[in-house]
Amino acid sequence: MADASYTHTPQEYDTQLGDYFALLKPRVMSLVVFTAFVGLLAAPVAVNPIVAFCAILFIAVGAGASGALNMWWDADIDGVMRRTAKRPIPSGRVPAGEALALGIALSGLSVMMLGLAANLLAAALLAFTIFFYAVIYSMWLKRSTPQNIVIGGAAGAFPPVIGWVVATGSFSIEAWLMFALIFMWTPPHFWALALFMKSDYNDADVPMLTVTHGRRATRLHILVYTILLVALAICTGFTAIGGPLYLAVAVVLNTLFLKGAIDIWRRDEAVAEADGYTVEKKVFRLSLWYLFAHFGAILLEALLRPVGLGGW
Amino acid sequence: MTLRPEHALHTRRRGRNVGVGLLLGGFVVLVLALTVAKVTSGDFELPKAEELSQ
Repeated sequence: MADASYTHTPQEYDTQLGDYFALLKPRVMSLVVFTAFVGLLAAPVAVNPIVAFCAILFIAVGAGASGALNMWWDADIDGVMRRTAKRPIPSGRVPAGEALALGIALSGLSVMMLGLAANLLAAALLAFTIFFYAVIYSMWLKRSTPQNIVIGGAAGAFPPVIGWVVATGSFSIEAWLMFALIFMWTPPHFWALALFMKSDYNDADVPMLTVTHGRRATRLHILVYTILLVALAICTGFTAIGGPLYLAVAVVLNTLFLKGAIDIWRRDEAVAEADGYTVEKKVFRLSLWYLFAHFGAILLEALLRPVGLGGW
Repeated sequence: MTLRPEHALHTRRRGRNVGVGLLLGGFVVLVLALTVAKVTSGDFELPKAEELSQ
């Protein structure tokens, strides 16, 4: 009757394929796919479409693997935070050990296959990115320093560089400019989120800037990082990956983003709480469009270049 | 070994098993396509006979 007891255990739940997929953080993966794709197409070397498809796929799988490792390590705090409590491990849909196994297996597979599909430098960079996100950020920085988001943002900034290396086999200043765009964008993006998801990071005891240095300091940090980001984003418009179209997009969005950051900086907690963090939420939503539009413009410049329209 | 009726576990996990099967099949097709793309590209060279014998 062992089978019967197995079937009727009330807590029994068969992990579905979708639960494993959710471990890979599909929304983060979609950003990785997009930025890696832009990095690959912006590079001045053409890539066979099948090789390009495989390379992007394995970069995405590598990103997913690091997401699974992150969820395995952070399952305890994910269960405490409202935003993450429904993730597969804290909600009991996937056993922690399976998430670890999936993360390790997909990491190895993605690095090996990217090395075979593209080149060893791209594979090494993907391996480093997974290590950086899973070990340096998740296991070390996230719970030890309020600069967790700043340094951890580097992990999310590598995909366009990997895409570029897939095409060219080497690094260049343009690839690092795309890296810098995401790197500088990450802190204001997450700190805006931390301002209106106020109790989450407190409850989980994660040393977010809002918890360690207070909300006034966080508002100032958002403004300072946004000013640096604006300078970087506009300057990128005058490089080989930029062009008139990119510059037009950058001017509009950076004006809006800077205005949003100034608004956040000028508000105090009482006003923000009274209107339900409207401005903070608006800037957070804008930040998503901001990154998408900048990389979309870089992509368009690259696509228009062969017909003599893109670039300067 | 006698045939036994299908266990409820098999029914419940059908979706997951079919999904894994499709993923593995897709991976095989992907590796095949990648191999074809690599060997038909202009810069592909077969190793020389003396290199193979070393």
